[in-house]
Amino acid sequence: MSVLSREKAASGAEAAPRAGLSEGKKQERRLGWLLCAPAAFVMVAVTAYPILYSIWLSLQRYDLKFPENREFIGLANYVTVLSNDYWWTAFGVTMLITVISVSVELVLGMGLALIMHRTIIGRGLVRTSALIPYGIVTVVAAFSWRYAWTPGTGYLANLFSPEGAPLTERASALAIIIFAEIWKTTPFMALLLMAGLALVPDDLLKAASMDGASWWQRFTKVMLPVMKPAILVALLFRTLDAFRIFDNIYVLSAGANETSSVSMIAYNNLMKGLNLGIGSTMSVLIFLTVAIIAFIFVKLFGTAAPGSSDDEGRR
Amino acid sequence: MAAETTSAKVKWGLLDAIVVVFALIPVLWIVSLSFKTPGTLTDGNFIPREWTWDNYKLIFQTDQFVRALMNSIGIALISTVIAVVLGTMAAYAISRLDFPGKKALVGVSLLIAMFPQVSLVSPLFNIERNLGIFDTWLGLILPYITFALPLAIYTLSAFFKQIPWDLEKAAKMDGATQGEAFRKVIAPLAAPGVFTTAILVFIFCWNDFLFAISLTSTEQSRTVPVALSFFTGASQFEDPTGAISAAAVTITIPIILFVLFFQRRIVAGLTSGAVKG
Repeated sequence: MSVLSREKAASGAEAAPRAGLSEGKKQERRLGWLLCAPAAFVMVAVTAYPILYSIWLSLQRYDLKFPENREFIGLANYVTVLSNDYWWTAFGVTMLITVISVSVELVLGMGLALIMHRTIIGRGLVRTSALIPYGIVTVVAAFSWRYAWTPGTGYLANLFSPEGAPLTERASALAIIIFAEIWKTTPFMALLLMAGLALVPDDLLKAASMDGASWWQRFTKVMLPVMKPAILVALLFRTLDAFRIFDNIYVLSAGANETSSVSMIAYNNLMKGLNLGIGSTMSVLIFLTVAIIAFIFVKLFGTAAPGSSDDEGRR
Repeated sequence: MAAETTSAKVKWGLLDAIVVVFALIPVLWIVSLSFKTPGTLTDGNFIPREWTWDNYKLIFQTDQFVRALMNSIGIALISTVIAVVLGTMAAYAISRLDFPGKKALVGVSLLIAMFPQVSLVSPLFNIERNLGIFDTWLGLILPYITFALPLAIYTLSAFFKQIPWDLEKAAKMDGATQGEAFRKVIAPLAAPGVFTTAILVFIFCWNDFLFAISLTSTEQSRTVPVALSFFTGASQFEDPTGAISAAAVTITIPIILFVLFFQRRIVAGLTSGAVKG
C-alpha cells in the first residue's frame, strides 16, 4: 500500500539530520499540518474532551434530580455499577448478541461476498439489493421486524407463533434482535470481505484447480490465507459495532424482559434516571471494554487496521 | 460445455434470488403496511387487501413529521458538507504530503471509528446543556461530523491514492496555471471519490438514532428516526402503525435512490477504504 511505504520513507527521512530540511520540505510540512488541523481538532474536541470529562463525572455523586448533593466520591460509582446484577445482565446480553451475530454474519457474509464477487449473472442486481440493508435506517428496519412479529399484524408472528407474542418473551425477543442485527449488517461484513476476495489472484486459484484441488481446498488453502487480514478487519469492526447495539433493541423490545444492552442501560440511566454520575461510570466502563476488545484483536490476531501500517495497528 | 454453463447460470441465478428476496422482504413489508387501510392493518397479510394513500397524507399534514423531516435533511446535509470538506483536506495531506504527525492522525481517526458512541452520550449531554447547544442542530452536527470524519478520511485517501497526480505536472508543463491544472485535471478526477464519500457520510448521518434521541428534547431538532419512535402518542394517531410505516418508507426513499443509481460507487467506496493488507 502506497501510504505505507511513503510513511516508512518519511520516518526514515526524519532520522536524517533535521538541519537538512529544505525550504520546500518545511513548506510541505506546514501545509500538511494546516490541512489536517481542522479535522484533527474536531475529532479530538468532540471525543477526547468528553471522555475525560466523563471520567471526572464518574467519580462524583451527580444526580440531576438532586444537583445539590453533588460531591466527589471516588470510585464508589464503579462499586455500585459493578456490584449490580442489572449491569452484568446487560453486559451478558450484549456479549451474547455480539458473539452470535458476528459469528453468523461472518459465515453469511462470506457467502454473500462470494456471490457478489463471482456470480456470472445479475451481479449489479445482487449488489444493489445487498446494499439496501446496509443503507436503510436501522430504526426503519427495526420497525419492519417489530410489526412482522406483532401478533395479528405481522406475517411472521402469524406464521411462526400464532399463540404467543414473541417480542415479549426473553429468548424469542433476543433471537429476533439478533436476527434483525444480522440482516442489517451482513452486507457490510460481505463488502469488507469482498475487498479481501479481490486480492486473491485468479492465477493462483486456477493453478490450484489444475493441481486437482477441490473447491473446499481452494477456499481453505488459497482464499482464506490471502483474505486473513480482510477477515480480521471485518471481524474487529463488526465486533465493536455490534457491542454498541442500541437502535434495534430500543425499537424491538425497549429493553424489556432483560433484553437491554449496555448502551440501553447507559442511555436509560441518563434519560430516565437523570443520573450523570452512574451514567458516566457506565460510559467509562463501556469505553474500557471496547478498548480491551480492540486490544485483544490487535495483539492476538495482529489485525492491521485498515489504511494504517502494521505498527500503527499494534499501538 | 454449453449445458454446464446453463446449469451454472441457474445455480448462480438461484443464489442471487435468495439474496434479493432476503434483502427486500423487510422493505416490502413496511411498504405494504404503509399502504394498508386501518381496517386491514392488522390482518397479517403480506400484501394489502385494500390500498390507500391516507397514511402518507396524514403524516405530511402533521408538523411533528414535517418538522422532523426538515431537521433530518438539514442536519444530514450540513454535516455531510462540513465532514467532506474537512475530510478532503486531511485526506489530500495524508495521501500527498510528508509531515510528522500523519500517523497520529490516521491512528486517531481509526480510534474514533471504533469508539463506542454511547460513551459520549452522558458527557455530551451535560456539555451541550452547559454550552446551550443541547437540542439544537449544531448539537447534533458536531458529533455527526466527528464520527463521519474517519469514514471520509479513509475513503477519500483511498480514492486520492489512485489519482495520477503526475497529470497535474504535465498540465503545468503544457502551460496551464496551478489553478487551471487543478480545475481542469485534478478536480474532475477527484470528484467521483468526493461524491461517493458524500453519499456514505450522508447515509451515516441520516441513519443515526442514539445521538439524535439523547441530544434533543423537542421537535426543534428531532430527526425522523427519533420522531418515529415518538409517534406512539394516541392523541395524533389512533393506531400509529400506518403512520410510522409511511414515515419509515419516506425516509427510506433517498437511500433506495442512492443505492439504485450509485451502487458501483458505493461498493467501490466501502471496499477501497476498508482493506489494505
